[in-house]
Amino acid sequence: MPETVVAIRNLSKIYAQGEIQVTALNDVSLDIEMGEFLTLMGPSGSGKSTLLHIIAGIDRPTSGRCLVQNLDVTGLNESELADWRNQNVGFVFQTFNLIPVLTAFENVELPLLLTQLDRSERRRRVQTALDIVGLADRMHHLPKQLSGGQEQRVAIARALVTDPRLVVADEPTGNLDSHSAQEVLMVLQQLSREAGKTVIMVTHDPKAAAYGSRSIHLEKGELLKDEAVTAR
Amino acid sequence: MALPIKYSFRNALVRWRSTIATVLGIGLVVFVFVLLQSLAAGIEKSSGNTGDPRNVMIVRKGSTSESASLISRDNLREIRYFEEIARNEQGEAVISADVLVLVNLPRRDGTEANVLLRGVTARGMELRPQVELVAGRWFRPGMREIVVSAKLARRFANFDVGQSFRTGNSTFTVVGWLDGQGSAFDSECWLDADECRSVFERDMYSSFLARVPDAGAMSNLIARIESDRRFKLKAESEVEYYRSQTMTAAPIRWLGGFLAITMSIGAVFAAMNTMYAAVGARTREIGTLRVLGYRRRSVVIALLLEGAMLALVGGVVGCVAAYQWNGYTTATMGFETFSEIVFQFAVTPPLVAQGLVFAVVVGIMGTLLPAIRASRLPVIEALKAI
Repeated sequence: MPETVVAIRNLSKIYAQGEIQVTALNDVSLDIEMGEFLTLMGPSGSGKSTLLHIIAGIDRPTSGRCLVQNLDVTGLNESELADWRNQNVGFVFQTFNLIPVLTAFENVELPLLLTQLDRSERRRRVQTALDIVGLADRMHHLPKQLSGGQEQRVAIARALVTDPRLVVADEPTGNLDSHSAQEVLMVLQQLSREAGKTVIMVTHDPKAAAYGSRSIHLEKGELLKDEAVTAR
Repeated sequence: MALPIKYSFRNALVRWRSTIATVLGIGLVVFVFVLLQSLAAGIEKSSGNTGDPRNVMIVRKGSTSESASLISRDNLREIRYFEEIARNEQGEAVISADVLVLVNLPRRDGTEANVLLRGVTARGMELRPQVELVAGRWFRPGMREIVVSAKLARRFANFDVGQSFRTGNSTFTVVGWLDGQGSAFDSECWLDADECRSVFERDMYSSFLARVPDAGAMSNLIARIESDRRFKLKAESEVEYYRSQTMTAAPIRWLGGFLAITMSIGAVFAAMNTMYAAVGARTREIGTLRVLGYRRRSVVIALLLEGAMLALVGGVVGCVAAYQWNGYTTATMGFETFSEIVFQFAVTPPLVAQGLVFAVVVGIMGTLLPAIRASRLPVIEALKAI
């Protein structure tokens, strides 16, 4: 039986906007298994990004539990969450979020600087991660010297370099042309299929969702549809 | 673990315009601070560089300086027989009685200032070996001749060798220039002691300077003079006497400190402005670092480091600019003698260290609030920043 990596139980998130309360997530329960490539879909304001942020430990629910590898991340304090994120989650953002003054190599190395690894081991891991995304020859380039697709692949390498079980991606192809988007999606798919990573991706694009193994549709903070995706 | 230093360094370089403005602002503050402190240090150095450790200075009890002291000739007649005072080959006591007179003379720029004239005996000259003749010749007694400090000669009218000036109803001819090698004697003009007493109608001496054979004799002589109630005199080592003549430096130090603090408030705000702008432009970047696992503390340290680096460069710029004045000779009115005192700017290593520390403190103070603000931003909010 496949191992459950993420277990969400009765998760709710309510934002206060002045005197009005906005429900972003309403009593959501969900299991995500190891090696799944799950896409979260839905219109703007449906709660998909909020759900992703709570799973990734950068936001907190109003109620409910979110267990990642049997650890309730909603119970961790700020510093514990920071450490946990570093060791367990890889992030890919829509806007790449690379540090402009650091080279591709240095950007990918950033999460490793928080570990106990020595310099040579860090170098080896960074090179491997850049190899996986096909950018080993661009390691000394600054982000501004790379194309959008290459920047996003560097961001994926940064997400992989600590070897996390969970990779979360928030509309990773939103700022890319179709060719670059395809490259990025294939890398994410490869991570799920070949490396056994659990990938959770928020997207608006049904074509992007087609690269996943499972798709969840949210609307008004509730799960609307949960379906397996035919292999592409 | 902290963010790599190159992160802070390269970020400072990226926004080079505001970086340069901050560096120059802090540099200016450090320049003013170091320059004014170097003035005070110059005065202190000049005083500290004066005197011979084998000499004892004797002045009237209660007087703050030689020029404010009056000692009777009877005192000299008694003290010269004290066995604690060294004897020369002829068996005479090595002691000199000097007369100090303050006169007002025109400067080369047309203004006037007080100048200290020292009536000195031949023995007094022997007791002050650091004073050398650098031009002309020494004065001859009874000829109304005077030897002026070469450094004063550059500032006062009629002080060139061969020129003459009128004071005390007499006309003195400048026959030579002396050099005190950076000591307080660089602010004096020397003439014959008896002639000085006669021209300025002084029946009293200002001070005695006595040579002692050893340290034991020095403490004995000081104790003997201080304890003898007939004299009402104060005795101390000549070196100590001059070292304590630093009253003039105190207000300059105070002014230096005051100006530095006032200007540093402006510099702190300049640094704060730069760092607020830097943080504002990097909000999403800071959010990303937090997502990657960097703690608030790491973000604060990286930003403080960035501010401190900018400030340190500013400090170096300020110190280098101030160092251009090192050794430059200037003058002011001395508060001990109320005469023109000549000294050199002294940008000393401790002053440079103080300037750099001061700069870093300004930089850190200016960065602290923006850094704390950046670290307290909620991660989600930071990531949404444009």
